[in-house]
Amino acid sequence: MDKLTLKYTEKLVTSGLCAEGEPLFGTFDDEVIWNSSRPERESLDTVIRGLNINSILFSDIAEPYRSIVNYLAQNALKSEGFIRPDDTETRTFLHDIPVAQSFHAGEIINSLKKRKGVIIPGRGIVTYGTVSPEQAFIFFSSICFSCYVKFMTDYYYHKKGLVMMAGDVDEIYQSAVSTYGRSLLSISDSPAIKAPFKSDEDVIAAITETGKLTVESRMVDSFFGNISVKYNNKIFISQTGSSLDELSGCIDPCPVDNSTTNAITSSSEFSAHRGIYGLTDKKSILHGHPKYSVIMSMLCDKMDCENRGKCHIKCSSTRMIDDIPIVPGEVGTGPTGISRTLPPAMSGRGAIVFGHGLFTSGQEDFTDAFGNLIDIEKMCFKKYIEFLNL
Amino acid sequence: MPELFGWTGKVLYINLTDKSSAILNPPEKIYHEFIGGKGMAGWYLRPWCTRSWDSPEMPLIFFTGPLVGTESPTSGRFTVMSMSPLTGTVGDSSAGGKFGTEMKRAGWDGIVISGAGPSLCGVSIRDGEVEFLDADHLHGKTISEVFASLPEKGSTAAVGPAAENGVLFANISFDGHSFAGRNGLGLVMAAKGLKYIHVEGSGKTKVFNSDELSAAREDIFRLVAASPVLKGELGISEFGTGALYDLMHSRRMMPTDNFRETQFSHAEEMNAWNYKNKYETKKTGCSGCHILCKKNSKDGEPIPEFETMSHFSALIGNTEIEKVMEASHICNEAGMDSITAASTIACYMEINKITPGNLNLLNILEDISLSRGEGETLKLGSFKYSSLTGNSHSSMSVKGLELPAYDPRGAYGMALAYATSTRGGCHLRAYPISHEILRKPVATDRFSFSGKARIIKLAEDMNAVIDSLTACKFIFFGASLEEYSKVFRAVTGVDIFGSDLMAAGERIYYNERIMNSLNGFSSLDDDLPERFFTSEGTSGNGISIPALNRDEFLETRRKYYRIRGLSPEGKPTKEKSGELGLEWTN
Repeated sequence: MDKLTLKYTEKLVTSGLCAEGEPLFGTFDDEVIWNSSRPERESLDTVIRGLNINSILFSDIAEPYRSIVNYLAQNALKSEGFIRPDDTETRTFLHDIPVAQSFHAGEIINSLKKRKGVIIPGRGIVTYGTVSPEQAFIFFSSICFSCYVKFMTDYYYHKKGLVMMAGDVDEIYQSAVSTYGRSLLSISDSPAIKAPFKSDEDVIAAITETGKLTVESRMVDSFFGNISVKYNNKIFISQTGSSLDELSGCIDPCPVDNSTTNAITSSSEFSAHRGIYGLTDKKSILHGHPKYSVIMSMLCDKMDCENRGKCHIKCSSTRMIDDIPIVPGEVGTGPTGISRTLPPAMSGRGAIVFGHGLFTSGQEDFTDAFGNLIDIEKMCFKKYIEFLNL
Repeated sequence: MPELFGWTGKVLYINLTDKSSAILNPPEKIYHEFIGGKGMAGWYLRPWCTRSWDSPEMPLIFFTGPLVGTESPTSGRFTVMSMSPLTGTVGDSSAGGKFGTEMKRAGWDGIVISGAGPSLCGVSIRDGEVEFLDADHLHGKTISEVFASLPEKGSTAAVGPAAENGVLFANISFDGHSFAGRNGLGLVMAAKGLKYIHVEGSGKTKVFNSDELSAAREDIFRLVAASPVLKGELGISEFGTGALYDLMHSRRMMPTDNFRETQFSHAEEMNAWNYKNKYETKKTGCSGCHILCKKNSKDGEPIPEFETMSHFSALIGNTEIEKVMEASHICNEAGMDSITAASTIACYMEINKITPGNLNLLNILEDISLSRGEGETLKLGSFKYSSLTGNSHSSMSVKGLELPAYDPRGAYGMALAYATSTRGGCHLRAYPISHEILRKPVATDRFSFSGKARIIKLAEDMNAVIDSLTACKFIFFGASLEEYSKVFRAVTGVDIFGSDLMAAGERIYYNERIMNSLNGFSSLDDDLPERFFTSEGTSGNGISIPALNRDEFLETRRKYYRIRGLSPEGKPTKEKSGELGLEWTN
């Protein structure tokens, strides 16, 4: 497991979530092994032995997440002790995010008995895995993502005078958008592998390249998203839970007629991809979780709407950001699943699923799909700032 | 006892020797420590565990969990437990259908059956009323013949001719389509002179907080919908567990030719898609389940589960789907375990050098179920059969229980899990296929033992909890104990979390290790057939399937023992027993 802790430590740093040297990983098979001798090790040793887990991660958070997470966490401690973001990631997997008063083993254990991670204001985040340190990395990243999205949606309503945020939130906002803006506006890459594809290997190479580019551009939460190409009566799609930046060996070729079920391990959005290919002439689909696309999808001024709080499944309005539709829908194939709501909205450049992420598509290869992903995110970022200035 | 929610607080004790019944009230503390299902059944079995499986005192136990009869997802399951005639280990099986729900509605958390009668009888339970009925007229009747003679309302557990003819891997059938399989519980039932139990209930399970239960249920439904394995269009809701068939083939870990190969060249012609099209399958499933992983043909014939599909094809070299269906039908009608039946036949073919073309599969299955001809020895299972002929190396079993359809050379966690399983070669105790193949909750390296000792120990504990709640393991491809502990709190009002349930799971599993140890089991039995350490599988398509490294396996098992709190010989310790609050028997 040493290799895994090293790998996810590097990912935490390269994705901008933690400063170098900060992440403290402990892994537990028959004995606990730590990746550094930081003083928090002693308390966390009690935690890892006090829970039925096999890995634990603690780290302070890098800016701008640090200020955002601490702000929300301090406020949570004044009320019920939980942060409750409304994005899909939280609703589906995290449920809510507990906040501990102090870095005390007993308190951390109590929180982690209930949830996948806990925030200790001013100190950082503790998360864990039951089969792999990868889970600890994912939960850490998801908490940062969900808090970021919550802060920015709350801030929008605050500026509109619809809710009140105490404290110096303007400074946190300014710092966050200037950091994000610098990173977003500098993206100029484009996939190098172009159509026409001449073999399955070409398709796999194109998917692998674009997945990596999507993560490097930070258009994801942790490394999640999914990506596919329709080629030669097969849909080549990334596997469920795969890292978009490590897709080698993690792409399932699924016959269009479903005549083999190998792709039982394919993305949970396989049915949505299939639906899009069925309704359009698209040949490639890319799905990421770029922050401002997600944030913009969640902004709605109809505070007294009867569906408020259920927007992700019941929004009945036709909502657009310029030419990009926003659709409700939950992950997967349920009655309110994305597999039903998304495909009809995918005739143009792309569509955003409420609180979840952005889907884009291309006619031949990933030039359009990746370009659209970046362009739409840039548009959403710009619109968000414009909205606040109106 | 204070008012209970989830549990009824009552267990029905039936004595077949004098045809009497009584009500038992387990202490509330025991419910908290052993939860229900597998845990509570183990608690009732422990005092009798060193008796022979066919001694009249040996109990046959049916136990539901606190979630049964509520709107909790997949709550229609229950456990059947006794000591196994096939293996000599603890013998338990989690079964579905509606028997558990009817039992709970009748007001019983469990039914403990003791004693034995001189002739075949049936037991009818209608709420609190228990009636003993003569069943001699059902002697030798097949499962469908038995069910045709009984009321449709309610639910029935019955044994078929295999159990009456001494097949060591005889099943108990529930309503003809769900089974307590694997380790011969049907034979225990037949040994008591019990042909069937019919149960019909009219009550409801009391729930502590219905609103909280609905909220928890919504969380779980959301996760199920997000799971491609469960609800994806290629998942088990659409194709049944047979959806795994192609995956095992493409991962080159499909047991073929009695585990001498790991790739079956006819697999693509015999996959779940072919069954779906050929038999126009319809969805069906257990009470309280919305996944509906069971499949029937348009004529109502059950489509084989993945294990049956695989073992009646690749393991014995059969290339005809129709023959798989017929073989499965014979097993279902006779009431015998299809995994062990197929694996025993594969062992028989290897020993006697019988080619697939020379095997009369259907006749030999009939012979086994009727204890006729070769069936007289094959009914003992592959381990005893091969030992009788001096060929025990040809039995692909652990602790005498035949391995299911995942070759351990293709998933190293599975290798350890087979070895440490308390009921022998079983995939369901830890089910590492979840992360090694299906990538849930995240993917682990299937060709590495690194970290697997603790992963397997934790998974065994978790699955012990699931079988005690009682829920379905499949739903845990999506949900986790984080969500199910919310369900547990909402149903029972007991304020505990996933980690607390895991502590109960550890106690439940350790109790089984103690029972096995008392019957002489040790590290010598926590092992795999030699073949897996000396012969490689079928490599290809860029996937290498080498033989398992024995030193690495033993080192991982050593770590497992340490984590589990066992001695280096795999024996339970007084210290650990005390820590878990379990009675210590030297």
